[in-house]
Order: sequence, then C-alpha cells, then structure tokens
Amino acid sequence: MTDKNSLILNFGPQHPAAHGVLRMVMEMDGEVVINADPHIGLLHRGTEKLAEIKPYNHSIGYMDRLDYVSMMCCEHPYVLAIEKLLGIEPPVRAQYIRVLFDEITRILNHLLWLGCHGLDIGAMALLLYCFREREDLLDCYEAVSGSRMHATYYRPGGVYRDLPDEMPQYQANRFISKSKVKKLNYNRQGSLLDFIEDFTNRFPARIDEYETLLTDNRMWKQRTVDIGIVSPERAIALGFTGPMLRGSGIEWDIRRKEPYEVYDQLNFKIPVGVNGDCYDRYLVRVEEMRQSNSIIKQCIAWLRDNPGPVIIDDNKLTTPKRSLMKHDMEALIYHFKLFSEGYTVPEGETYTSIEHPKGEFGVYIVSDGANKPYRLKIRTPSFVHLSAINEMVKGHMVADVVSVIGTLDIVFGEIDR
Amino acid sequence: MVGKKYKQLHQLLDQYLTSYDIGKSYDFDQITLEINKEDLYEICNILKETEQLDFSMLIDLCGIDYLHYGLDNWKTQDVSSTGYSRATLKTENTPEEYENDQPKRFAVIYHLLSINHNWRIRLRTFTGKENPPNIDSVVSIWPTANWFEREAFDLFGIDFESHPDLRRILTDYEFIGHPFRKDFPTSGNLEVYFDEEEEKVKYRPVSITTRPTVPRVIRKDKRNK
Repeated sequence: MTDKNSLILNFGPQHPAAHGVLRMVMEMDGEVVINADPHIGLLHRGTEKLAEIKPYNHSIGYMDRLDYVSMMCCEHPYVLAIEKLLGIEPPVRAQYIRVLFDEITRILNHLLWLGCHGLDIGAMALLLYCFREREDLLDCYEAVSGSRMHATYYRPGGVYRDLPDEMPQYQANRFISKSKVKKLNYNRQGSLLDFIEDFTNRFPARIDEYETLLTDNRMWKQRTVDIGIVSPERAIALGFTGPMLRGSGIEWDIRRKEPYEVYDQLNFKIPVGVNGDCYDRYLVRVEEMRQSNSIIKQCIAWLRDNPGPVIIDDNKLTTPKRSLMKHDMEALIYHFKLFSEGYTVPEGETYTSIEHPKGEFGVYIVSDGANKPYRLKIRTPSFVHLSAINEMVKGHMVADVVSVIGTLDIVFGEIDR
Repeated sequence: MVGKKYKQLHQLLDQYLTSYDIGKSYDFDQITLEINKEDLYEICNILKETEQLDFSMLIDLCGIDYLHYGLDNWKTQDVSSTGYSRATLKTENTPEEYENDQPKRFAVIYHLLSINHNWRIRLRTFTGKENPPNIDSVVSIWPTANWFEREAFDLFGIDFESHPDLRRILTDYEFIGHPFRKDFPTSGNLEVYFDEEEEKVKYRPVSITTRPTVPRVIRKDKRNK
C-alpha cells in the first residue's frame, strides 16, 4: 500500500477540525493526499445492543445521544417506527409540534455546522454569531422538555406534554442587574410560541448577516469552491442523502417524497446545488435554514388556532394523568404496568426513516412480540457520508481535508453509535 | 396512493425474478424478499441494473442474529397462577434446539431505495449452515456496502466473500468476539484494569454478572391485537 516516497500522517483522534474522535491515517505525497483511511469506533457505545435489553421507552433518551447536535430528530424515527408497529397515530397537534421541533432542530444543526465549518477554515467570527442564535433555540428545548440538549420529548403516541404557556424568564441576581434582566426578558413575556415567533421574525436577517460574511467572501470561496466535488451519479452510488445529495443537484427530500407527519400540508422549497462542491453544499444548507424558518412560522400559525390533546389517550401505551391516579385504581395499575414492564409490541419488522438535518436517518426495528426490541438498527447519515471521504479527498491538499470533513457535517455520536 | 405504487412494484418483481426461489411478504407498506444466499448477487444485480426497478441506492445493510428470537424471561400465560419470581434470572439461557438450529441463525438485511421511482424494498438472506457464517459481498454493486459489511462482520462475525477490505470497524483494535451476537453478554467478556506490579494495563474476565432490570416478556393475548 505504501511506497517509500510517501509519508503516513495521522490526523486525529484529538484534532480540533476532526469534529470529534476521528482518526484518519493518510498517505501523503508531499502535501497531496493519496489515500485516506478513517478509523472510527472510538465513541462506540453499543446503543443498539443496549436497546435490546431495555423496554422500548427507555431507549428514547439514548436516541438523543446519537447525534448530539440535532437531538429531537434522532428520537423521531424511533418513535415513528414504534408507532408503526403498534398501529397507532398521534393526534394532529402532536404531529405539528414534532414538525415544529424537527425544524427548530434543523436550524440548530445547521447553525452549529456553519459555525464550526467556518471556524475550521478560518472564519472565526461566525461561530460566535451562530451560537448566539442557537442559544435562543436551546431555550425552546428547555422550555418544552426541561433539558437543553437531551430532550427525550417525543413519545410513541405523541409528545410528552403540551407547549408551555409561559416562557421561563431570567432572574436578577448579584451578577445581572434588574435593568439588564428586563432587556433580556423582552421577548419572554408571552408563551413559548410567542418566543419562537419572535425568533422567526429576527432570524432571516441574521442569515443575511452570515451570508454577507461568507457567500461572496474571496477567502471562503477559495477554500470551498471546487473542493470535494461529487457528481450526481457518484453521490447516489455512495449512498449520499440529505444536503450532501442535494448539493450534487438531485432533488431528493423525504419530507416531500415520502411525507411523514404533516409535511404534506406545509409549503417549503427544496434547494439543490449545481456543481456538487463544498460551496454548493454550503448554499444548500443556508437556504434550508430559511425554508425551516418558514415551516416553523406555518406550524406556529396552526398551533395557535388548534388546541387539543398532544398524546393519545391509551393508558396501555402512555402515562395516565397524575390527577387521575390519585383516585382511580385502574389508572394506578396502568401506571405500574407501564413503568415496571412497559408495553409489548406486536411481532413484525419495520424500517422508518425521516429527513434528518444531515440526511436520511432510519431506524429498523425487529420485534418478536416482547416489551423490548429484538434488534434495533440505526441507519445514520454521517456513517455513510464519512465512508466516502477517501474518494472525496484523494488528490486534494491536507488543508482541503478539513474543508471536506466540515462539509460532510459529521457527528461521531451517530457514526460510532 | 402508496398501495398503488407498490402494486406495480409487486408485478415488476414477479416479472423479473420469476426464475428465482424467493419468499415475498408485505407489511407496513414495505416489501420483504427472502432470498437464497446463492442467488443474492444475481438478484441484487437485477434489482440495480433493470431500469424499471432501478434500485440505485443501498440505504442500509445490517446483520441480525435470530438465536434468541421469541424467547422470554417470564411465561406470562401460566405464571399468573404461580406468581412471578424476582427479575434476577439469567438473561441468556438458550435451549439446546436453538444452538443446533444454525441455518436460520444469522441473516443479512438489505434496504434498497430507488430514487427515480421512489420505492423501497427489503431483502433478507440467511447465511446457512457454514461456520463462520458467510455470504457474497455486494460492494461491487453498491460501494456504500463497504462500511456496512465491515460493520456486520465486526459485530456479528459474518464473513463477506470478496469484500476488498474486511477489517473490524467499530470495536477496539484487538477486540475478541463479535459483540452483537445474542450469546455475547452485554457486559462483555473481558474488562480492563491497571496492574500495579507490572505497571501496565491488562485484561481479565469481567467481575460483574449480567442481570436484567426489566424481564423480557412476550404477550400474545388479545390486548395486543
């Protein structure tokens, strides 16, 4: 494999541009990459094996930890697959809430991607701006689930609870004065929906800000244009999905082609690239943020007008109300059975996938009729995208490897599982 | 709408795969083909190259171990008269007949997608009697299969013949065993410790015993219908 003129270079596993624990053994000819062999698995936790020894609901929280920058989108296919096996459908309001949070998550993911990708190839300021907006969205996560990252908010049959009527507010203390707190709380006076709406009104201008920093920036273009080109044919052969496939000019989006939840009732456009290089994929992702913003607005409008249940009323599958348990023995029994044994899922198998911010995220569950999955396979987009890295970096300089890793938008939580 | 689309796919599959011995089932809007491992490569080639089928993308490939399929810790039907025990049973107690029933133990599952026709299909192939289990590689048909097959090899020990580079991928560099097999305990076989006298990191058999927190139960009563 190696000839005597080439040099073996270890990239990572501790490298700031490796986006986690990627060890890449690269064979170099001077500064040109001849061959790159990624070594993964340093973060392997055996999520799928662990899910086999737990009742179904216990693993929802594990799904958050797969792709820890787009948490709720990882829960989504898992609960969808269970719902499919159980033959239940969540109330429409729950479906809208899920779509709302999927799109919030998409923005969260793309903001982190944009910030880190920029940081990797020299645009320092962008990271700070992106994290400023992420902060607001993480507050939405916190308001609805109590947790800023690992929400565990979706449940088979709906979502855990309805959107809060009050947005949590900052409190004055010896570090923050009352006048400053008042400023910070200006958009937290109403409900969560008001807060998100305020965000969606501000956000398009913020995207414009990012674009003034990057889109026509000479240095940004030098680092991304014509780097890591993937032709449409190769993109399909390599199994690309999501923005990686759309960047190569193929209009494929599961939200449109195999609509789940209420995506068939929402208006959005699917951006596609032309050249299939890093720059096109950047443009695609930025436009996706704008589209997500518009989807969020549509969801807010619907959710304001349509109150209702957010989880199905079947106590064999969902928790009975706490107030009911105080005087109703049936409810107490259901509660006990649900938390000690869980629910059994009919025998069968299903593969369910959604349009995750990074690509197609699918869950394959085989059930033998027990209260735990017999086999759970998680199909993650990053795993497939990273496997193509050798082809993408061959012939490029070392510095371009960083651009390509950035454009792949990989997270090791879901590659190593 | 979906039903109509898949009706067409059913007909096309019948048309192109008549000469092969396949089992076909349909549930949750998904077609599953159960194929013999001898026919695997040819059928995959047909599925990809035929323009009317056009399964250009391999979405997922995974191994599965059917060793404990349908086994539970508690017999829910008759235990209600005798009372439940505490949930400290051994998890993996495999009956003899399962150990010997190798042909139906390991399977490889393929999920294919056609972007042009927007339809999906699932293939299942059992690896047969051989030990270690082996099967043809499909890397030359779909390059995506490369890492997926490495993963299935790593976790299940399935040997993919004519795979260009079959190495472990997810587990540690000198790992022993295939962790996703059902007879591999969740706690593992070896644990790492630091030997004070020799001043180096060494392995020894695990000192913890696996026991289930929640017993595995299968209910086939009418509540689940």
